[in-house]
Amino acid sequence: MNILVCIKQVPNTQAIAIDPKTNTLIREGVESILNPFDGYALEAAARLQDEHPEVRIYTLSMGPPQAEAVLRESLAIAADTAYLISDPLFGGSDTLATSYILSQGIQRICELEGISFAMIFCGKQAIDGDTAQVGPQIAERLDLPQVTCGLTCELVESALKVIRETDQGREIVLTPLPCLVTFTKPSFEPRFATARRRIASRKAEITRLGCDDLPGIDRSRVGLTGSPTRVLKTYVPQIGKDGIILSDFPLEEATRQLASFLREKALPSGSNQAQPMGTKEGDER
Amino acid sequence: MSSTSGDLWVFIETSAEGEPANVGLELLNPGRSLCDELGCQLVAVVIAANPTSAVRAAREHGADLVICIEDEAYRRYTAESYTSALSHLISKYKPATLLIGASALGRDLAPRLSSRLQTGLTADCTMLGIDPLSGAISWTRPAFGGNLMAVITCPDHRPQIGTVRPGVFSRRAVSDHQAAIITESYLIPPETVRTQVLEVIAEVSEKVDLESAEIIVSGGRGLGNAKGFDLIRELADCLGGTVGASRGAVDAGWIPHAHQVGQTGKSVAPKLYIACGISGAAQHLAGMSSAETIIAINKDPEARIFAVADFGIVGDLFEAIPLLIGSLKNEGFSSFHGE
Repeated sequence: MNILVCIKQVPNTQAIAIDPKTNTLIREGVESILNPFDGYALEAAARLQDEHPEVRIYTLSMGPPQAEAVLRESLAIAADTAYLISDPLFGGSDTLATSYILSQGIQRICELEGISFAMIFCGKQAIDGDTAQVGPQIAERLDLPQVTCGLTCELVESALKVIRETDQGREIVLTPLPCLVTFTKPSFEPRFATARRRIASRKAEITRLGCDDLPGIDRSRVGLTGSPTRVLKTYVPQIGKDGIILSDFPLEEATRQLASFLREKALPSGSNQAQPMGTKEGDER
Repeated sequence: MSSTSGDLWVFIETSAEGEPANVGLELLNPGRSLCDELGCQLVAVVIAANPTSAVRAAREHGADLVICIEDEAYRRYTAESYTSALSHLISKYKPATLLIGASALGRDLAPRLSSRLQTGLTADCTMLGIDPLSGAISWTRPAFGGNLMAVITCPDHRPQIGTVRPGVFSRRAVSDHQAAIITESYLIPPETVRTQVLEVIAEVSEKVDLESAEIIVSGGRGLGNAKGFDLIRELADCLGGTVGASRGAVDAGWIPHAHQVGQTGKSVAPKLYIACGISGAAQHLAGMSSAETIIAINKDPEARIFAVADFGIVGDLFEAIPLLIGSLKNEGFSSFHGE
């Protein structure tokens, strides 16, 4: 049984700073990491492999040649085989074009390896784009059932039982195989790479697929020209609010002023506040 | 394929009982403004087993037309059934624009739909406008953990689809508004739907409904330990608010992930957000900076949270919060909670 985990190399958005002079992002020197949600997807695959040793884990990434680093990382953690899709023609792809390229790549890997995938796992979203689109878009391309925001999963006979997070809580979903599942942050930490696997991963061969290696691909559907969406502009949001900040105030006085502020500005009418919060009916805002 | 004519649709998300989610009704508000500017109709789309309540709510919130599919098969949302039903309606009526709430359901549905229709989708928008050059919708959304805003269009493909964050727009009821209703039937073959919900688990301890909370009191690493959240709960109880948390506090295991506000937690837009012992990392700000009023209590005067605060106190939260609760109770706030 084969599982494919789609992973992405992303800048560590926690470490991004703003240049106060030019008001732009300082991207230089920001470390590249394995997208954390993809790490949760890889962990879910590794846990299935713990239970079912016959499971083989493949990882696939699309990106520039240096994205090989996260594939090596995946090999050091749990993956058995890694593929990189990389071609300058694919630059500028939006989510629709990306999902098209990835689904072409997935089909190509199946041909090359003579296998099929019982499960395709993805992170819920990448922390740079935050779109959460590519997983379901691949599922649609490959005509697979989808489960998003998975926390944990287990094989039940020939189906996969997934506990997923919803806005209201959680639900347990059963999906037949093959399927696509995206994963969000579970209550446990993913495993680390072991030293032995890390050493092996340095020498591992990572197969690179370019546009010419994907025979069926329609070149008009990739890259910037194959992307229906366009980025018109980007800007750094101005977060300065110029609020009232009380430092060096006796706290008795500061909290009294805050209570008055809340009463006058933030909580204008006492009668409204008397209702229990979070009720949906009659909420006209 | 290219056309800027056509109507603007808003998908009205419903619960299994047929109750409309806030976000769909909220989107009728900016939808109305865009339609007035573009000169097109505002259409609400309801797909449900029992759509009566959602259809009525959509009319009351300004839809010119409601298109509705009523069938028991749509009682519980599945990506496959709703994608098929919506695709059917879209190919029949050819709207130019589709707005979907960026709820868990909307973020499950919209990408599958965009992939089926081979059109552009912009996720998690916080602002909507019209690009004067192309006449297409300009979708503004945060990226890079809220460090960057991107303005995106979909110039040549229709419908242009966007998901919009809950709570960014407010609901606006319209009086004396007449709306036509079209009832469509679309039966999906049962084998189309392959996933099956076995069990629904509401949050075990307490219901954490951050997205619809009007008041959120959040705690961060400054609390020091899990017990620190007792103070946060006390303040939240006093104001009738819901307890939120920063990623730091959740990662430390002081409170479940369901309480987490920020990029890897919930995006919220309450009327009042009180951040206690939270430094204000970009990924946290990304999830709460659209709150109407933000209060910050932190002992570090350099904390980034103060930059977004309307009112901040630099000081020890363990002293400040009990004093604040005392002042609030003096002003009669204690009566809010309970009955």
